[in-house]
Parts: sequence; C-alpha cells; structure tokens
Amino acid sequence: MLLIKCPFCGPRPELEFSYGGEAHIARPQDPMSLDDEAWTEYLYIRSNPRGVHAERWRHINGCGRFFNARRNTISDEILETYMIGGSPAPVSEEKDRSPKGGAV
Amino acid sequence: MNYRLASGGRMDRTRPLQFTFDGNRYTGFAGDTLASALIANGVHLVGRSFKYHRPRGFLSAGSDEPNALVGVGGIASRYTPNLCATQVELYDGLVAESQNRWPSLSFDVGRVNDVFARFLSAGFYYKTFMWPAAAWKSLYEPMIRKAAGLGKAPSAPDPDRYTQVYVHCDVLVVGAGPSGLAAALAAGRSGSKVILCDEQDQLGGTLLSESEAVIDGQAAAEWLARAIGDLSALPNVTLLPRTTAFGWYPHNFLGLCQRVKDHLGEVDSNAPRERMWQVRAREVVIATGAIERPLLFPDNDRPGIMMAEGARIYLNRYGAVAGTRAVVFTSCDSAYRAAIELKAAGVQVTTIADVRPSPKGPWIERARAAGIEVRGSTVVTGTTGHLRISHVDLVDEVSGKSETLPCDLLLMSGGFTPSVHLFSQSRGKLVYDEALKVYVPGQSVERERSVGACRGIFDLGAAIASGFSGGLDAVKASGGSPVEEATFVVLAESFGQNGVIGRPGKAAKYAGRAWVDFQNDVTTKDIELATREGFRSIEHVKRYTTTGMATDQGKTSNMNALGIVSQTLGVPVDKVGLTTFRPPYTPTTFGVFAGQSRGDLFDPVRKTSIHDWAEEQGAVFEDVSLWKRARYFPRRGEDMHAAVKRECAATRQSVGIFDATTLGKIEVVGKDAAEFMNRMYTNAWTKLEPGRLRYGVMLREDGFIMDDGVVGRMAADRFHVTTTTGGAARVLAQMEDYLQTEWSDLEVWLTSTTEQWAVIAVQGPNARKVLDPLVQDIDLSAAAMPHMSVREGHICGIPMRLFRVSFTGELGFEVNVPMGYGRAVWEAIHASGKAHDITPYGTETMHVLRAEKGYIIVGQETDGTVTPDDAGLSWAVGKAKKDFVGKRSLARPAMTSSDRKQMVGLLTVDPTVVLEEGAQVVADPQEPIPMTMIGHVTSSHWSATLGRSIALGLVRNGRARIGTRLTVPMPSGNVTVEVVRPVFYDPEGKRLDG
Ligand SMILES: [Zn+2]
Repeated sequence: MLLIKCPFCGPRPELEFSYGGEAHIARPQDPMSLDDEAWTEYLYIRSNPRGVHAERWRHINGCGRFFNARRNTISDEILETYMIGGSPAPVSEEKDRSPKGGAV
Repeated sequence: MNYRLASGGRMDRTRPLQFTFDGNRYTGFAGDTLASALIANGVHLVGRSFKYHRPRGFLSAGSDEPNALVGVGGIASRYTPNLCATQVELYDGLVAESQNRWPSLSFDVGRVNDVFARFLSAGFYYKTFMWPAAAWKSLYEPMIRKAAGLGKAPSAPDPDRYTQVYVHCDVLVVGAGPSGLAAALAAGRSGSKVILCDEQDQLGGTLLSESEAVIDGQAAAEWLARAIGDLSALPNVTLLPRTTAFGWYPHNFLGLCQRVKDHLGEVDSNAPRERMWQVRAREVVIATGAIERPLLFPDNDRPGIMMAEGARIYLNRYGAVAGTRAVVFTSCDSAYRAAIELKAAGVQVTTIADVRPSPKGPWIERARAAGIEVRGSTVVTGTTGHLRISHVDLVDEVSGKSETLPCDLLLMSGGFTPSVHLFSQSRGKLVYDEALKVYVPGQSVERERSVGACRGIFDLGAAIASGFSGGLDAVKASGGSPVEEATFVVLAESFGQNGVIGRPGKAAKYAGRAWVDFQNDVTTKDIELATREGFRSIEHVKRYTTTGMATDQGKTSNMNALGIVSQTLGVPVDKVGLTTFRPPYTPTTFGVFAGQSRGDLFDPVRKTSIHDWAEEQGAVFEDVSLWKRARYFPRRGEDMHAAVKRECAATRQSVGIFDATTLGKIEVVGKDAAEFMNRMYTNAWTKLEPGRLRYGVMLREDGFIMDDGVVGRMAADRFHVTTTTGGAARVLAQMEDYLQTEWSDLEVWLTSTTEQWAVIAVQGPNARKVLDPLVQDIDLSAAAMPHMSVREGHICGIPMRLFRVSFTGELGFEVNVPMGYGRAVWEAIHASGKAHDITPYGTETMHVLRAEKGYIIVGQETDGTVTPDDAGLSWAVGKAKKDFVGKRSLARPAMTSSDRKQMVGLLTVDPTVVLEEGAQVVADPQEPIPMTMIGHVTSSHWSATLGRSIALGLVRNGRARIGTRLTVPMPSGNVTVEVVRPVFYDPEGKRLDG
C-alpha cells in the first residue's frame, strides 16, 4: 500500500485515495472544433511510461481534493505531489531513473 | 531405541504432553514441535507426496519443510489442513493426521502413480489428456484431483476471530537470529521505535540450536537470553515471536501474521486466533537467514533422508536423534559439525561422503578424530528402503569403486541459500554470487538493508557484526541518532563457502530420478525433459514442470532447479534467469486477511429511516449497492408474483406508497450552478425556472450514459440533483473531477445530501387526495403544481421539498423530508391513505410499473455502451448547447452509425411466455450455431395491468424493425417476439395528471 502525501493533509495510506489517471491532459477548450483523430487522442491515448509518470490522485476519503503526483512506475516511489494546475519540480534525471538505496 | 536423549534440548521436561498422529498416541514435551515430538518417538513416515504418493519423512526442522504437511485439529471447525509439522507447536491433546493417502499412510493405493511415473512427467497435463475433450470433465479432472492433492478443506465454519492492527515504527527487523538480534539491539539502544519479529515461537534463530559457539565470553544460549532480556527491558522495542513477515508491499509496508493462540490448543478464549500487523516502517532490516539445500541424487526423497542442519536442530534444540545409524552426504563443511555432534550423542555416524575431491580443514580433522570415516570425491548414487531408508549406495568418482552401506538416516547438505524472499518482494535486484553459488541482495528499491546469512554472510561473528551495523544504518536512515558501533567477540569455528547447485559431482550419468521439488514431486528428469523440449527461460521451466510452485514456493528447490537448467543447457546460472518471489512467504490463512470483515461486518449496511417500518410489515428486502431495499410486501400466503400483482393493481387503480430514500442526492449550489449543470448534463438548464423539475442525463466523456435522475431547480443558484441508487458516489466523483481539475473558475459547491433526505413516493390516481390533508402551505392542484414541478413547504409541520414526479406513469409526488422524520411522515401518509387502501410497494413493483411505461433504468437498459439516442433519449440532449461532457464523442462516426443497438419493446407472440433477461435476440433462427446475435433482452416482466408479458431490449437498428418479428432462442425452444415501441401502457401520458 502506497504512502501518499496529500498536499493538504500530509502523508496518508493509499486506501484513502482514488486514482485519477494521467495528469496534465487538459480537456480541450472547444471539443467540437477537434477532428475525430484529435478527440480520440485526448479521450483514449495515454503515455503509460516505464518510469516517472505524472498522475492524478484524489484524497477521496479525506479532504476530497484532487492533486497531482509524479510516481516512478518501476519502483512506485512518489517523487513529489503538487496542486492541480501546478507544475512539477524540474526533472532530475538522476533521481527519476534510479530508485534510491543500496545494500549495507 | 530411545530417540529422546536423557538430557539436552530447550523443551520443558516437567511438562509432558499427550498427542495423537493418525490415531496413535504419543508423548512429547512443552516446547516441542509436532515434528520434533514425532522424531523423538521414532516416527519418520509422515506423508505421501503430491503426485506419485511416495512415502515421505521430515526433510528439515523449519518453515522450509516440504514434506511434513499434516492436518491438525480434533473438532471439524478448527481442523486446519496443510500445516507444516515443523511449525506446529505441541499442546496437550493435539490431534494430527497425515494427508494425501488412502486407505492408510503405510499402504497407499495412490502409490501406483509412482509405477506409472513416465505418464506423469513434466507437462503431463498438456500431453496425456489432450483427447477427447469431453473426457476432461468426466474422467481426467476428477481422477487427477482425487489422486493429486494436499489436505482436505475444513467442513465447518471457522469459529475463531482474526484481528488487524496498523502500526508505525522507525525500524522493523525481520528475523531474530543472531544478526537480527544484533540489529534490534543497535536500533533499540539508539532509542528508535523498533519491532523485531520472528516466525518461530522463540527468538534466537540458529542460536537456539547452537552448541559450542561463545559470544562475548558467554555460551550462545546465555548470550541469547541476555540479548532478549536487554531488548525486553527497552520500552521502545516490541518483540513479536510467532510472527511471520509474509509480504512486502510498496513504501515499506509489510504484512506480519502473528499466531496468537494456535499453540494453546483448541481452547475457547476471547483472544483472536491470529493478528495481522500492517506495519509501515521507516526502515527495515532484513535478517531472514538462509535455507539448507538438498543434494540431488537418485531416490533422495525417502523417509530418513534429511538435511544435516535439520538433524542438528532436532538434536540440540529438542534433544532428539533422528536415527541410529547415519551416513552423511555433503558438499560443504557445515554437515561435518552435524555429524560430529550426532556421533557424540550416540548415533553411529559411520561415513561422510564428500563430493569435494579432497576435503581438508579443521572440521574434517575433527570428524576423523571422532572416528567418522571421510571419503572425498564420493557421491550417493541411490538409496533403498520402503517406508524408510535402509541402505545407501556410494561411488568413489575417482576409482569408480562402489559400496552399499546400511543406515536409517542419511544426512545431506548442498550448502545454504540466503532467504532473499522479502528483499525480492520489495523489488530489490538480486545478484548471483559465483563463489557462494547463490543469489544475494544487490540494488535496493525500498528503504531496507539485508544482514547476516540472508545476504550471504554465514560466519557467526561476521553475521552478528553485520546485524549491528545494519541496525545502526537503519537508525541513521530513519533520522535517529545511532549509538556507537559495538564489537562482538565470537568464538566459533567458521566454515568454508562451498556448496553445489544442480547435480553434484559427475552424477549426471547415474540412473534414476532425483527429487528437486519434494512438495510438487518434480524430479531432475522432469526439468531435463523440459529443457530438451525447448524450454529455456526458468519462468517457463517452472510453469511447465511446476517446480517451485507448491505451498513452500521452492524454498529448498529453486536453486537446484536453476542448477539443472544451467548444467543441461551449458549456460551460466545467472543467464538462466530467476523466478519472481511473491507473497506470502509461507501460507497465510484467509481468516487473517479477512480480519473483522466477516458476516455482519463484511460490508456496511445502509438502511433508510423507513426500513424498520417495512421490516415490521414483513417486507422482503434486496441489496441495491450497500442499501437494503424493500422488494415487495407479501400479505399472508402470497408469493412474490401475487404480491407484485396486487401492489401494481393498487397503484394503478388507487394509490401506492414507495420508499425512494436510497436515490442519490447532490445539492449543486453557487453563482455558476446552472452553467456547471449545463456542462455536466446533456440537458439545457439555463431556462429551467426555479420551481421546475427536469429529467437529466449524464454522460461520460466517451459519450455513453453514465447516470440519470430528476433535477429540481430550487433557486437561480441552487439545484437539487437526484441520481440512481448505485451511481450516487460515481456521479459526485465525476462532478468533483471536472469542477476541481477543469473548471476551477466556476463558483459552485457540491454536497452529497443522500443521507439528509428521506424520500416517500406517493403514486396513483388518488395520490393528491392522500397528501392534501397533510400538506400545509402548498397548493397541490394541477394548475398550481403541474407535472415536473417542485415546491418547498411543510408536511405535518415538517419542512419538505415536494416533487411532482412520476416513475410509474400515474399521478405522483415525491415527499422529501429530513431523514430523521422519514418514518413519522411515512406513517402519517399511510394513515391518511387508509381511506383509499394505500398500498406499500417495493422495488419489484416499481420495476414493472416503469417498464410498462418504457422508462429506462441505468444499468438495466444501459451497460456503459449505450448513447442517449440508443436509449431513445435524444429529446433529453440539448442540441443547441455548444458543449457538455460527452458531446464531442456523440459525433464520432461509430456513435451515429445506423447499425447501433436501439431500445425497443419486445412482445412475445404467445403472451404467457415471459422472456429471460439477458437472452439473445436473432433475426434468423434457422442459422446454424453460432447464430448472428443482433440484440438482447434488458428487462422482462409479467404485466398484470396488461394481462401479458412485456420486455425491453436493445436490438441492432431496432427502431427500423418495429412491426417485424424476431426470435429469442432458448434451451426450451425458440420464442417469437414482435418488435414494438417501448411504451406499453398509456402511451399518450394522460394518467400523469391523475
Ligand atoms: Zn487530503
């Protein structure tokens, strides 16, 4: 079970949250002006990366607020959480690639 | 022969315990396991193997034991199958039995499987039982299930309770052997909040069977007692014996299963049987030790063939000798220690066969000095003995000379495999250590470190030192202040780092099956066959042969299986790959996972404030999401059919009363509420006046119907939104999603009010007459309060929102009052309706009445692939609106195709036939199977009002087929139906006005 830091409530267990899919996919301002291909892209196509993924979470069984997180899909490490509408911290290649730690 | 020595061991000899195994009575001591007590009674034959029904005895003394699975429990409700006898603590009156044998353990009919072993080789499921397909169900499967298997399931419900606790700690130490104890001491003394858990009943690990090591000037047992004493005295340290860390989940979240009372016997007490500790640890120290590997040689699975270290544990910890005349087969020094100690205890240890060419060193000298013959370059090529080993065949690989020696105990050691299970579960990367011939922890992913034998540090002194440093490292990493590094003076003869995996020596040329996976009955031949048949990846070999897939997860077999594949293919071990370790480390009960979530506590139950009234009236309830809803109200002697018929007639002819409280309710408030509603629902809301209602349809962004409900505009900036009973949370979540993440500029607040309003539907031609005397300040006349309007006022003095709305097609009202007044108002309405024979009805009648009118139910007529037009709801879509959720998707070509399924009515040509919901609809019943299915039945009822059956369905291009006939093929024969408009009753809607 992930430990997720809600920007409003602090670190809470995953079971208090609901997952909201990939982040930073803005709904088009005027959907009717999009052709089918562009609309399909918005509706269905997601990046599904192996590595760092910006995604939405909602603290549904807590404060109820949506927020964004950057999670490494390989290690499940959550690099940061930030507000909806906010931008992630500058990407550090080192940190995003390799999980931390090592044997003693 | 007495197998229990006169002295020694850690059991309490003042507390003898009686127990039975397969009906025979035995005596053991408090502190024994079932395994040690049986060995002390000279019992070795404890089970039959999974596939071949081979007689099996104890292989080890710990949780890695693959053979000795037993059923324990004298009463049916507490019977537990598949317990490891090496982990079952003895209690007075314990009843245990062997498994997978018939009629008895010593004479087992299933043994014929062994004779026909060549038909049961790797992949036999896939090969032998290919044809005919029908025989699978009737012949093969029942036969295989009967012949191959583990214990029998308990036959009575589990009377025990199980609990779960969440805890946080700075440092969790898994394993309380020498290195784990040292880690806990380091972290405990540093003031960190520490949990130390161990799967055994006593803390200590290998120190519990240590005979001669001296630590800091004390015998191992004394040092252990002092260490435990020191830890117990620290208030920041929690010691959890009998607690297995079975699983590692992300972000240092570990599942620990604590056995609270199994060891007390089948007693009734308030204590839970087991407790699950869900631990969130800042840092973890893994100190899980190592597991001794069997050696592969023909017939290495007979009772009496045992791991050397296992025999040593029985000797030193339980004062029991596993045999009288022993031979040792080894690839490393540690087995010499077992041989020397057993010899000293009076066992005739005649010979050590060492696969190494010329074994040298202190242990070899000591064995020779003890009078044990040591032979180098020597391997075991076979064993004999029916229910127990009687002879062992040795071959000198240099001279080729062979000899057969008598024995009743054959000890073996192929070296030690670090227990990297938890590390691997934490997604840490394992690296192959060529010198040790094992995998050890490499790169970490989670916040943990491995210490001692589980990272390949086998020397006692080095293991303790690595434990202490690991503990300090964990303290530091968790933000604590570590104490000074400590030194431990350990006097213990160390061992070389030898070991083999796969076949030892040149044994490949010796005939016969050698068991790799004892529990799943997988032999060297199976794995070699798999590689010959082209399997290369260890993941494929594992699945094809089932090696490592038994309940022990290959604790003793995985490395040997890798070794065989490597040897057979001539590929280095680390190129063969490694299978994935998954939780649980050892089998864990369903009970502890379920915890308190059983019976009444399985799920929350939601009840309306009118529930008790319905219950008193004898209502039959059904579950709708978490709600209990009255399904029908049977009168004396009525079945559901009769009750529904009466309830329908009463509502259509006079008046019915229905509890609609479970409908979801959301209050949408704010300056931009109408704009928000415009964007969320297909309908246009701007022009809806306060005091009016509108039926709303909500789509997902992909254009499919997600929910529907009646919405009242209470004021310019306030909407009372209703949703389906099951969809309430989903609808609120979708609204919040758009409001928070897309349109945060809108001034709108959303509040779930489902639990705030009790809703009483009063439906039927006399509905107005029933409510009129109770309503104080609202004019109910048709002129003042038309269909689809809403008023605020009072009923019986209670504040009310009154909807004039109908889900029956009759004149109808829905009375919304604060939840706590639900029953009082319901009873008042019921009393007022007496004159009109007001009839309470349930969800079943509600379904029939709405189906007669062709009103859809989301989830019944829709399935997540239905557009508003498919459902005949185009009229509810605001065409002039520029945008709403789902609008763009409705314009995609697939959504406008003329070939889409559309909702229609289906009338059976024979009016007495009621269709099955879910039945398929076809155009041409003559078509050979599989026929082209063009639709399906979504709702089907007997309509008493119409005196015939009615049905709704989704049919491809259905509206164009109105007036034609289609077929619903059923097992009992084809049913011909006529396609009609989906409104069966009062199509003009005249009755809505009463
Ligand atoms: Zn929160």
